[in-house]
Amino acid sequence: MTALPIDSSRLAPPMLALVGNPNCGKTALFNLLTGSHQKVANYAGVTVERKEGWLRTPAGRRLAVLDLPGTYSLAPNSPDEQVTCDVLAGRLPGERRPDLVLAVVDATQLARQLRLVLGLQRLGLPLVVVLNMTDLARARGVDIDVEALSRALGVPVVSTVAVRGGGADALFSLLDAALPSAPPAASAGSVTDDYRQVKDILTTLGLDRVPAHAFTDRADRVLLHPLVGPLLLFALLFLIFQAVFAWAEAPMGWIESATALLGDAVGRVLPDGLLRSLLADGLIAGLGGVLVFLPQIVILFFFILVLEESGYLPRAAFLLDRLMGGVGLSGRAFIPLLSSFACAIPGIMATRTIQNPRDRWVTIMIAPLMTCSARLPVYALLIGAFIPARRVAGGLELQGLVLFALYLAGIVSAVWVAWLLKRLGSKDRQHTLLMELPDYHWPSLRNLAIGLWQRVLIFLQRVGGIILALTVLLWFLASFPGAPADFAGAPIEYSFAGRLGHFLLPLFEPIGFNWQIAVALVPGMAAREVAVSALGTVYALSATADDTAQALAPLIVAGWSLPTALSLLAWYVFAPQCLSTLATVRRETGGWSAPLLMAGYLFALAYAASFVTYRIALACCP
Amino acid sequence: MTLPENEMRLSDAETGAPMVVTGLDDSTGLPDLQMRLRELGFMEGEPVCVLRRGQPGGEPLAVRIGASTFALRRIEAACVRVAAGHVA
Repeated sequence: MTALPIDSSRLAPPMLALVGNPNCGKTALFNLLTGSHQKVANYAGVTVERKEGWLRTPAGRRLAVLDLPGTYSLAPNSPDEQVTCDVLAGRLPGERRPDLVLAVVDATQLARQLRLVLGLQRLGLPLVVVLNMTDLARARGVDIDVEALSRALGVPVVSTVAVRGGGADALFSLLDAALPSAPPAASAGSVTDDYRQVKDILTTLGLDRVPAHAFTDRADRVLLHPLVGPLLLFALLFLIFQAVFAWAEAPMGWIESATALLGDAVGRVLPDGLLRSLLADGLIAGLGGVLVFLPQIVILFFFILVLEESGYLPRAAFLLDRLMGGVGLSGRAFIPLLSSFACAIPGIMATRTIQNPRDRWVTIMIAPLMTCSARLPVYALLIGAFIPARRVAGGLELQGLVLFALYLAGIVSAVWVAWLLKRLGSKDRQHTLLMELPDYHWPSLRNLAIGLWQRVLIFLQRVGGIILALTVLLWFLASFPGAPADFAGAPIEYSFAGRLGHFLLPLFEPIGFNWQIAVALVPGMAAREVAVSALGTVYALSATADDTAQALAPLIVAGWSLPTALSLLAWYVFAPQCLSTLATVRRETGGWSAPLLMAGYLFALAYAASFVTYRIALACCP
Repeated sequence: MTLPENEMRLSDAETGAPMVVTGLDDSTGLPDLQMRLRELGFMEGEPVCVLRRGQPGGEPLAVRIGASTFALRRIEAACVRVAAGHVA
């Protein structure tokens, strides 16, 4: 037998780094170069996304490609830009210094972007300028002489169209040639000198007058119109909101049925006992609890990606900046907050687009106040059971009105909390915006597909693990110790969870909760909607049955007073007990202070709201 | 700080009026802002124009510089000194 074949190309292949301004089509180029060979993670110690992939050149060389965060200059202004600068300087721990820098330049924005190229030239790394979006430039009458530009800059220049298949062929063949030699490293130049040099180059090449994008100007006249703009934005948000809830309903139903089927199948195969309970009630139910949000998350991220790719997202931030700035938030906070209506976890993950750390922190803090879809089953149960289905003034459905009021209560309290945090924060700090409004363009299908796939994967990896672990833990708490045969009540009452519920009862009695609710709140910590099936368990119903809520409704109507039900509704507007959210906050903020503060303030708000609701309801309808 | 007679702050410029950057100030207490604005192209002699203003309150401003558009809050636009006119 001969020695194992070793693919020498797998041993640390040369590393290319993509560097460029935000919105220069860098990620599209990365997608075109690496296709599906991508890995998304974080840079060590910071919540900046790290995208690495690999490609094979026509001659068969394997090259690693790093998609560095977009930057306007090599004088960093945000954590993202800091990472780019540190990697390029070779001083980020755990990161190799790239062997070749591909400076991606938007051909329609030459002046600004070539200034970054001059900075990159001084790094002392081999450099190739990738002139991207040359098709768009040509459409605007800008024909760039690549040879002449290469001579003027003194580095190789290739032209690409990253959104078109085969658009990077010239770059691929260039990568097979020997690496260009590294220019001598030099200290940072002055902004003014770079500006003059680029201006001279562009004047010589006849490229100093690039017309603005006519379509963007026309579109902005409507989309950023003081009156029409916000109306269109509102309509768009409404559409997204509708889609997230309406379109996702069917696939969510399938996932629920599949989970139930699988649970039943396991139940039939395995004998009654601990293993069956762990698999069916713990693992499968837990996995189902994660997967059931997938349709909503896919739809939500699809819209966010389309908005991001097309260039509309910064416009939305522009329109909302004043409104959100009033309570100390940035206009950019609106997407994370919108996402939080599906689930706070992708919302909190989306706060990475907010550069100002304090704005980001405040946004994370209020994200759980956006009513997430996990609260809907609880709302649906209580409203269905306690709010009469009749029409009130103007033919409005009373039940729908109550649901709307619950959503509104969350939003209003979020505004209030943000305002309070702003008042408590330092007043001398200025909030800046300084955000590019890039030209509009059609999102490419490939970029959408890759982006969507990556986000789904991140959600499943980061969230799935946590929820699964917690579900199993709570299954343990709700199952042990097992009740003796002569125990009169539901077995869960005898378990750790049940004892915890009884122990907590004195705390919850003043807000009208009975011990059944207190017990159900404990497993409800894994995911809020679990509270419904937990109530089912407490009332000795089968927890896995799909019709738990239907069977439960008459029981709680008989057992609870209206003030108790209203109090529980108010509790769930704030409902701090979502451990997955808190775990995500810890991950994203890198410490325990934010999640602890969040849990504390949400608990206080929930308790206060329930107390007031219960007392008022008692006084009004004893 | 008083400005020369023919100059004004970009934040006070009329919407749609062609202006030229005449300089940058650091009056906001934002140390890096001036540098960042320069890097984005707000350099002496560059044509600049406030394309539109957000509502309510005329904030933020959409500003055209070179072939790019940036959204700036009033306080950021106030760092840029401008004078009326087209460049030759």
